[in-house]
Amino acid sequence: MTILTTPAGIATGAADALRKRPGADVAGSAFKWLLIGATVFATGFLAVLLAVMIVDGWDVLSGNLWYFLTHGFSQRSAGEAGVWQGIIGSLQVALVTGVFAVPTGVATAIYLVEYAQGNRFARIVELNIRNLAGVPSIVYGLLGLAVFAQTLRGFSGGTTAIAGGMTLAAMVLPIVVITSVEALKAVPDSLREAAYGVGATKWEVLSRQVLPAALSTILTGTVLALARALGEAAPLILVGAATGFMSFGDANMFETFTGPYTALPVLIFNFARQPGADWGVNAAAASVIILVLVLAVNGLAIYLRNRFERQW
Amino acid sequence: MSQDSSNLSAADLRTSAGRRAWSAGARWVFALAAVATVLVSALIIWTVASGAWTFISQVPFDSLTEIGWFPRRGLFDLSTLLVNSVQISVIAMLVAVPSGFGAAIYLSEYAHPRVRKVMKPALELLASVPSVVLGVFAISFITPSILTSFFHEINFFNKLAAGIAVGLLVIPLIASISEDALRAVPLALREASSGLGARKVTTSIRVVLPAAMSGLMAAVIVGFSRAIGETMVVTIASGGGDTSLFNLALTESGGTFTSAMAALGLGTDQVAGNNLAFQSLYFLGALLFVITLVLNMLGDLIVRRLRNKY
Repeated sequence: MTILTTPAGIATGAADALRKRPGADVAGSAFKWLLIGATVFATGFLAVLLAVMIVDGWDVLSGNLWYFLTHGFSQRSAGEAGVWQGIIGSLQVALVTGVFAVPTGVATAIYLVEYAQGNRFARIVELNIRNLAGVPSIVYGLLGLAVFAQTLRGFSGGTTAIAGGMTLAAMVLPIVVITSVEALKAVPDSLREAAYGVGATKWEVLSRQVLPAALSTILTGTVLALARALGEAAPLILVGAATGFMSFGDANMFETFTGPYTALPVLIFNFARQPGADWGVNAAAASVIILVLVLAVNGLAIYLRNRFERQW
Repeated sequence: MSQDSSNLSAADLRTSAGRRAWSAGARWVFALAAVATVLVSALIIWTVASGAWTFISQVPFDSLTEIGWFPRRGLFDLSTLLVNSVQISVIAMLVAVPSGFGAAIYLSEYAHPRVRKVMKPALELLASVPSVVLGVFAISFITPSILTSFFHEINFFNKLAAGIAVGLLVIPLIASISEDALRAVPLALREASSGLGARKVTTSIRVVLPAAMSGLMAAVIVGFSRAIGETMVVTIASGGGDTSLFNLALTESGGTFTSAMAALGLGTDQVAGNNLAFQSLYFLGALLFVITLVLNMLGDLIVRRLRNKY
């Protein structure tokens, strides 16, 4: 190196000094692989979970899946027990949940976004929704037991699918509100302004422009909320799903809503509680069924969201 | 009301009374729904508070510090349930925090956008795994296939397996909140760090992580709250029956606030009525409600402070 250097020479020297040496960054790549490991662990356990359940439940899944799906619970022996009541009960509960949670949740979101941005009542409602979202599911079971099953006995008929569905509706309400608020906020104001500009009333702007634009996202949130309800057992145990088993007999469709009921996750819990390996097979097989159901519903919702997500 | 060539008057442009009334009415329908959501909270608080008060006003106070939780024999030792709840939640955090943070850092700092686009929904999907299934997983796989090879004397129902399964359940939640926190760190900080010649690992650990620290704390707090409130995994894998004797061993079974509630709920037919065992259900619910509310509000506060920072 000479003392008198050209600017180009200085630059080359500096670049040499700063150049990364290949293979020197051991800590860097170790860290990266550690992160990849954590990510694989975080997402990969689902595969392990499914595999274990399929292996454990294989006797039922391969041999008499149809019998398992179409027969009711039996206290006598594991081989005679099926999940039919659980599937029907879960569908009924989910239906009631949807009927109560979706209109209330979407309407609340509309109020928060379109009518009350930032006023004191809206702030109370928002805080309330955030707190409700964190309440443990079993506490909703107490609400269901004391209010929906006992106080409102005249309407729900006691510990029935209606009471269970209302309980889960209260539980998923925050999810419906939060996803609907996001969907409505994503609709650009230019759309609203254009509608007002041609003389539409607030209701017309909402019903003809904003809601249709936000509909697919709201639907996705609703489906995700119902999927959450589909897998939930804890609140239903308090609202009588554990002890009730439907007897179809000559009951018509409406009567099954107001009689004893059970749900698929509660049924899995019942299988898991019985001593003996053959009940374990049932629990695993029913777990596979509920996993496939819940993952399919969720996957569909996520796919639809990505498919119909609109960039404004 | 000047006449112009098209014969339009202001009256023609006025919105008709019917349309205006319809629009005004709609506002009240939506507001009513918002009131209903507040009503749900009010009913929850009223339910647990009145039930808990009935319990507190009747229970002899020395039965709250006993040898264990035996509600039908009138022994309501709260420390048994508290210790088990905290033990299981701490184990869950030990499983969920490293894995959740690792996944979050990878997705936010390292992953190719295409990988990220697949993994984010995958995490959402994981969050939807029903907790009963993880409970079954705990007793059919975690305990017999993994834990028995480390511990010679382990109960079939044990807190360790329950904690691990709860941890698996909480991973997606922690990963998702911390990923949001990491992505909220402005790009300029990373660019400045790289500009000074820092390696990616240095930028991630020394710049991005400290900047997102409050968000990561919030993730841990909210995750802990979720773990405390988790019911089915614990009921299946550790709670066993409706009674538990005070013990600190992780290889033993033990009931938590939530599993004790589920156990009481299973027997609502038998214990219904005015007896104390049934009322203790509401008391536990009230405790759980207050604990998770405080934790969640704390987490919420931290997240919002972070949002204001940048």
